[in-house]
Amino acid sequence: MSAKPRLGVFKFASCDGCQLSLLDAEDELLAVAGAVDIAFFPEASSRMEPGPYDVALVEGSITTAHDAERIHEVRRESKFLMTIGACATAGGIQALRNWGDSEEFVRAVYAHPEYIQTLATSTAIADHVKVDFELRGCPINHHQLVEVLASLIAGRKPRTPTHAVCLDCKRKGTVCVTVAQGIACLGPVTQSGCDAICPSYDRGCYGCYGPLKQANPTSLADHLVQLNHPPAQLVPLFRSFNGYAEEFRGVGDGMERRMKDEG
Amino acid sequence: MSASRTIRVEILSRVEGEGALHIHTENGRLEQVQLQIYEPPRLFEALLRGRPLEEVPDITARICGICPVAYQMSSVHALEMALEVTISPEIRQLRRLLYCGEWIESHALHMHLLHAPDFLGYESGIAMAADHPDAVNRGLRLKKHGNQLLEVLGGRAIHPINVAVGGFYRAPRREEFARLIPDFEWGLQAAIEATRWVAGLEFPDFERDYDMVALVHPDEYAFNEGRVVSTRGRDVAVLDYEEHYDEVHVAHSTALHSETLPERRCYHVGPLARLNLSRDRLFPEARRVADEIGFETPCWNPYRSIVARGIELVHAYAEALSILCDYRPFTPSRIAYEYREGEGCAATEAPRGLIYHRYQVDAEGKVQFAKIVPPTSQNQKQIEDDLRAWLPGVLDRPDKEVARMSEELVRNYDPCISCSTHFLKVVRHAR
Repeated sequence: MSAKPRLGVFKFASCDGCQLSLLDAEDELLAVAGAVDIAFFPEASSRMEPGPYDVALVEGSITTAHDAERIHEVRRESKFLMTIGACATAGGIQALRNWGDSEEFVRAVYAHPEYIQTLATSTAIADHVKVDFELRGCPINHHQLVEVLASLIAGRKPRTPTHAVCLDCKRKGTVCVTVAQGIACLGPVTQSGCDAICPSYDRGCYGCYGPLKQANPTSLADHLVQLNHPPAQLVPLFRSFNGYAEEFRGVGDGMERRMKDEG
Repeated sequence: MSASRTIRVEILSRVEGEGALHIHTENGRLEQVQLQIYEPPRLFEALLRGRPLEEVPDITARICGICPVAYQMSSVHALEMALEVTISPEIRQLRRLLYCGEWIESHALHMHLLHAPDFLGYESGIAMAADHPDAVNRGLRLKKHGNQLLEVLGGRAIHPINVAVGGFYRAPRREEFARLIPDFEWGLQAAIEATRWVAGLEFPDFERDYDMVALVHPDEYAFNEGRVVSTRGRDVAVLDYEEHYDEVHVAHSTALHSETLPERRCYHVGPLARLNLSRDRLFPEARRVADEIGFETPCWNPYRSIVARGIELVHAYAEALSILCDYRPFTPSRIAYEYREGEGCAATEAPRGLIYHRYQVDAEGKVQFAKIVPPTSQNQKQIEDDLRAWLPGVLDRPDKEVARMSEELVRNYDPCISCSTHFLKVVRHAR
C-alpha cells in the first residue's frame, strides 16, 4: 500500500471504553499511529480530517434520530466499517429501554423530558448500515483490536476466535464454577475474547462478548433452572450488555413468557 | 459594526465523550455561553430499576470507560449502607488500592496524552511524541502500570469484574501482587519526574474565586469515605449532600447541572479541590514533591490542575506500593448480607472529582430507585462560568484562536462527558 490507510474513530451512544482500548494498547499505540493515518479520532487528537476513510471504527449504538442519519454519513465515507463493542454490535446496556417505555424512562431521569430527544430504542449499527466486521466485547479486548488493525494494514481479512468462553476455562485450567460451585455462568454460550476472566475470579460469565454462533442458550437456561436458579434471576443475566443480541433476547423473552403463563 | 460572526468547533477533542460550546456576542459584548452536552442520554437511572442489586457495580461501570471504578466504588458503598453491611479493614484497603489503579491510568492519560499537548502546542499526545518521546513513553508506561493493577485486582482495566457488593469476588494471591512491585517502584520515581516536568510548563495567568468541593477524611487522602467539605467552609455529611447540592435540568444539555443550595451557584470539583482541602493528608512522597516544585495551595488557577494531577499520581503510586508490599491474602473476600428494604448513599472521589450515588432497594434485592451525580455535571456550570469570565479578554482575537483557547480552558477539567451523559461543539454567533 503506497499511502498509509486513513483511520476514523466514531462514537455513538456508548461509554467511550472501546475507543479507549486503542489508547490502552500502550505498547503498540505509537507503532499503530506510525502505520496508519489517524485522520479522525477526537478523543485522542484535535486534528479532525474529513473523509473518505479506509477504516472506520464505530463505537456505540443508535439512540437518536440524528445519530440514525449520521451513521449513514459515516458509512458513505468509509471503505471498511468495523463496529467495536457490545453497544455497536448489539445495542448495549442502554438497549434495556427496548423492553420498557422509553418515554417513561426519560421522565424518570430528567425534570424536563421535553428538552430530550431520543428514540424509543437502542439498536445495533448493523440494523442501520452494512457492517464489514464486528469486534465483540464490553469492552473489546485491545489485543484483538491491534491484531485486527494489523490484518487490515497488511491487506488480510481480519479473524477473531469464535469458540466459547467455556473452552478458554478448560485451556487455562480454571475449575468450572457451575459444576463445582453451582454458579450460573454464560460461558458455554458466550463467544471468547476476554480470556475467561470471570470464572478465574470465582464468578460466572455474564456474557460481555455476546452470544456464540450456533449456541443453544435455551438449553443452558433450562439446565441452570434445574440447578435451582430461579428464572426471575436468569432473565436479567441473559438480558444485559448483549441482551438485545438475537440469541440472548430469545431466551430471556422465552423465560419471561413461561413465567407469565405459569402465573 | 454588526457583522455576523460564527465560530464552530464541532466536537471538543481530547475529552471523553462529545459536546459543543455556544458563544453568543452582540456588538462585541459577550451575551451567552452554553456548554452543550449532546451525548445521547442512556438513561441509567431508569434502566437500573428492577435489576438485581448485585449487578449495579457492573452496570454503572458502563457509564464511563475511563472511570468505571468510581462508579463501582460509589455504588457498592451506597448499597452496603442500604443493606447495613460493614466491610472489613482488608476489603477497605483493597478498595483504596483499586482506586489508586484508576487514578493512575486516568491521570497519566490526561496529563500526557490529552492535556500536555495544549501547553506545548500539539494536536495530540501522539503528535507530541515525535519531539518529546521520553515524556510520552514515560506517560504511556505510567498509565500501563495503573491498568496492570486494575487487571490483577479487578480482572480487567476497563469495566473490572471483581467488584462485588460486600467486597470482592476473589482476593488476589500474594504472588499476583508481588509481580507488580518492581514496576510500581519505577512508577513512583517516574511519577515524581512527570510532576517536575508538568510543573515547568507555562501557565496562563487566570485565577478565580472558586467554591471548591471535595470529600475530606480526617486521616487520609479521601477516596471512599469522608465528609463533603468546601473551601468556603461548608462541611456536610454525605447523607446531607442533596440538601446542599442540587441538580438542575437546562434546555441545552443532556447532562444535569449541579448548583449549591440555597445560593444556586456553581462549584468546582476535581484534583485542585482535593489538593486545596487535603494537601497535608498526602503520602509523604507526594507532599515532598509538592513542596519541592513550590506548588502553592490554595491554588485558584485551573490550568495548574495538570500539576495537581501529577502530585496525585505520585500519591497513588506511593499508596499503591505500600498496600502491595504489605498485602496478605484474607477471607472472606466478601461480606455476606441478607436482602432488606433500605436506602443508602455514598460519595467517592473519581479522578475528575466528587461523585455521589443514592439507591433504594426492596426486600427481594431489586433496585427501586437510583440517583447518580457524576463529577462533570457538577463542573459543567463552573466551566460555563469560567468561560464567561475569561472570554471578554480574548474576544478581539481571530475566531479560530478563541475556539482553541476555549477548548483548552474546558480541558482543564478533564471532562468526562459520557459520564455526565454528549459534550463539545464551540459555536459562536455574533451579531
